[in-house]
Amino acid sequence: MDALKQELKKNIIEQLNLEDFTVEDILDDDPLFGDGLGLDSIDALELIVLLDKDYGIKLTDPIEGKIVFKSIEVLANYITENRTK
Amino acid sequence: MFQNRVAITGMGIVSSIGNTVEENLKSLLKSKNGISPIINFKTRHLHDIKVGEILKTNAQLATFLKLPKDHNYSRTALLGCIAAKQAVAKAKIKDISLHRTGLISSTSVGGMDMTERHFKKFHENKNSSKFISSHYASDSTEKIADQLGITQYITTISTACSSAANAIMLGTRLIKTGQLDRVIVGGTDALSKFTINGFKTLLILSDTDCAPFDADRKGLNLGEAAAYLILESDAIVDEGNKEVLAYVEGYGNANDAFHQTASSDNGEGAYLAMRKALDVANIQPEQIDYINVHGTATPNNDLSEGIAMKRIFGERVPDFSSTKAFTGHALAAAGAIEGVFSILALQNQVMFPNLNFQTSIPELKIIPITKVINKPLKYVLSNSFGFGGNCSTLIFSKGK
Amino acid sequence: MKACFINGVASISAQATFNQSCFLEDVIVHNSKTINAIHPNYKDFINPITGRRMATGVKMGIAASKLALDSAQLACPDAIITGTGMGCIEDSEKFLNSIIENDEQYLTPTSFINSTHNTVAAQIALTLDCKGYNVSYVHGSVSFESALYDAQLLLHENEASNVLVGAVDELGNQFIQDIVISEENQSQAILTPFGEGAHFFTISSSRQDGSYCELKAIQIINIATPDSIQENLKEFLNQNRLLLSDVDVIVLGCNGDEFDCYYHNLQRLLFDTIPQIHYKHLCGEFFTASAFGFWVATNILKKQYIPNSVKLNNVEKSRYKNVLLYNQFKGRQHSFTLLTSC
Repeated sequence: MDALKQELKKNIIEQLNLEDFTVEDILDDDPLFGDGLGLDSIDALELIVLLDKDYGIKLTDPIEGKIVFKSIEVLANYITENRTK
Repeated sequence: MFQNRVAITGMGIVSSIGNTVEENLKSLLKSKNGISPIINFKTRHLHDIKVGEILKTNAQLATFLKLPKDHNYSRTALLGCIAAKQAVAKAKIKDISLHRTGLISSTSVGGMDMTERHFKKFHENKNSSKFISSHYASDSTEKIADQLGITQYITTISTACSSAANAIMLGTRLIKTGQLDRVIVGGTDALSKFTINGFKTLLILSDTDCAPFDADRKGLNLGEAAAYLILESDAIVDEGNKEVLAYVEGYGNANDAFHQTASSDNGEGAYLAMRKALDVANIQPEQIDYINVHGTATPNNDLSEGIAMKRIFGERVPDFSSTKAFTGHALAAAGAIEGVFSILALQNQVMFPNLNFQTSIPELKIIPITKVINKPLKYVLSNSFGFGGNCSTLIFSKGK
Repeated sequence: MKACFINGVASISAQATFNQSCFLEDVIVHNSKTINAIHPNYKDFINPITGRRMATGVKMGIAASKLALDSAQLACPDAIITGTGMGCIEDSEKFLNSIIENDEQYLTPTSFINSTHNTVAAQIALTLDCKGYNVSYVHGSVSFESALYDAQLLLHENEASNVLVGAVDELGNQFIQDIVISEENQSQAILTPFGEGAHFFTISSSRQDGSYCELKAIQIINIATPDSIQENLKEFLNQNRLLLSDVDVIVLGCNGDEFDCYYHNLQRLLFDTIPQIHYKHLCGEFFTASAFGFWVATNILKKQYIPNSVKLNNVEKSRYKNVLLYNQFKGRQHSFTLLTSC
């Protein structure tokens, strides 16, 4: 699980060009959107692709995404339960 | 300062519901849509989307234009040339060089339909390398100018899905201020993998026939089309005693300045564009008889546009419909094809249905026209909004 | 048309033009086929969270527009009008490659959004919260002139008092290589490098202490021959009540290809007694390179000085009042722009 969280942090920083952040800067419970990392709706679409490409999870509803992308903790749990690759 | 009234004396269109103005009108009156699975090129998304496609191959279009075999016309240019030539013929222009004539065309992807086939192998052979220059957004405009013999002022506008409305607006301003006597205005966009996949990444494509302004709308159908209007000054109209199909009475352009791809919650950009257009036309909101809404059928656009309409019109929103369920969303051409439909509405004193509507959006409680309705129309308003917050509104009035 | 004053200017180019105090005194001689702009530190203009998805073109546009507004002491214009030949081509290339390489799978929206040609003007509007008129022109080498003409019209119609006009083009990575190869196959190819840049100007209906000059007129011509362009030019001057002898400086878009004959005719036949200027050897050829020429002309009028690096001949004048710019690309997309000191 910890490895997955680390991997997620690394990939999110890379995919979303968060060049001023390091893996250590993102805490497992930090909100990814809004006040936390400051991600927005376009980032959500980017993350949907990341889920599909890396873990074989297809989200089609951006609203569903909002729940799943609450924090690294929530996202890692969701991936563990739903991943197909 | 302004003396010239700007008349529309010709128009031409190719869309998924017809290859001429008459065919388009016939489809609109018969409530016959042009939405189907894509056939002109292969895409992985064949079964996930429906589109408003023109059911002619590039080869058929090129034959129609009598082009030489080694031509480098993109589909965008082919469609544009056909529609623009129809418009010139309709306006009965014999010698285009007799008046100061300009061309303002618009496109979103230009020659991308060819670029995406030849990219990465442009230099394998001449059949590929000839499409390097057709990639440029200016290319389709220049080809239209060449086909029509326009040698002076030509330019190309690209403001995403509001492009053609801005071309019509600029042409009108150039005539009003006496810069030009005649301007051919409109837009052209062909379907491409580039746009299909682009809209797909935004999760706003519907897998069914789109349902504008419906509570359960799932997104838009992309389309391809081209349409052009001939705008002429009073002087040309009087001199030739020409038939006037309609007038461009008002126009407004504003930016929502809210988000790169989404419309604001209060529809500010749309509100400002409509407000400006009414001011330019110097009419009151209640004088608008019918609105051809932008109505893409995405959850975000229709809600935002509806809110903006309610801000302008209060509880008495005029009769309105989106014709995108007929044609799909033809991006940069949308403002021009909907301009043609607005003019057809004025000419025939008829409003076209908003197909696939069942339930009104709960936040709005407004209901579009769902069947063909005849009614006296004097002023028709047409909205076109695009990514980047670009919002434009046109107001057309009845011709003479 | 009504008077238009150039009150603020900014340039990001392959020369050190972003520094407003420099005017091409020390120039970099470029010998490669393609040259990148000298980019400012964008973090000074754009916060990292907003900037992380921005294309190079958008960043250049935002920084240059900020400088052009600052130099006119303006916070927000009434309208934003831009021109670009290729848009944010780097992102278009990226999206095209992803479509082809991944067979239409796993595509993300950012490079698509950046590929829409209006993205620069839109993101400037977003940054400034500017809800006014907003249009983008994409007509090759007259993209910038189209934007300028629209701005002049807006001021004339009293629809705006201050308009931000600009032009942006990126060099990109792949498409430019194809262009370079096609160019090499020409009998007389473009000799200047290919470049990139962003040029923004604040254009206003009223004059300020720091005004650079006045924009008198612009004309765009789709097609002309090397002979007919002379007639076009005389007619253009005539419409602006000027004689050939009233032109003090001619700024030409020479790039070394066979179409330079359009410029040579004017140089030899009409303007052999006045200073002749070129600039594409400094900024490179790109669809909105003429905006660099425009930037040079505004500076000549304000500073009343022509740097050696742009001189095509050795003629000098004691005072520069009327500057005429002429540009074309491959025998099409001709434009005349007339600037006057104020």
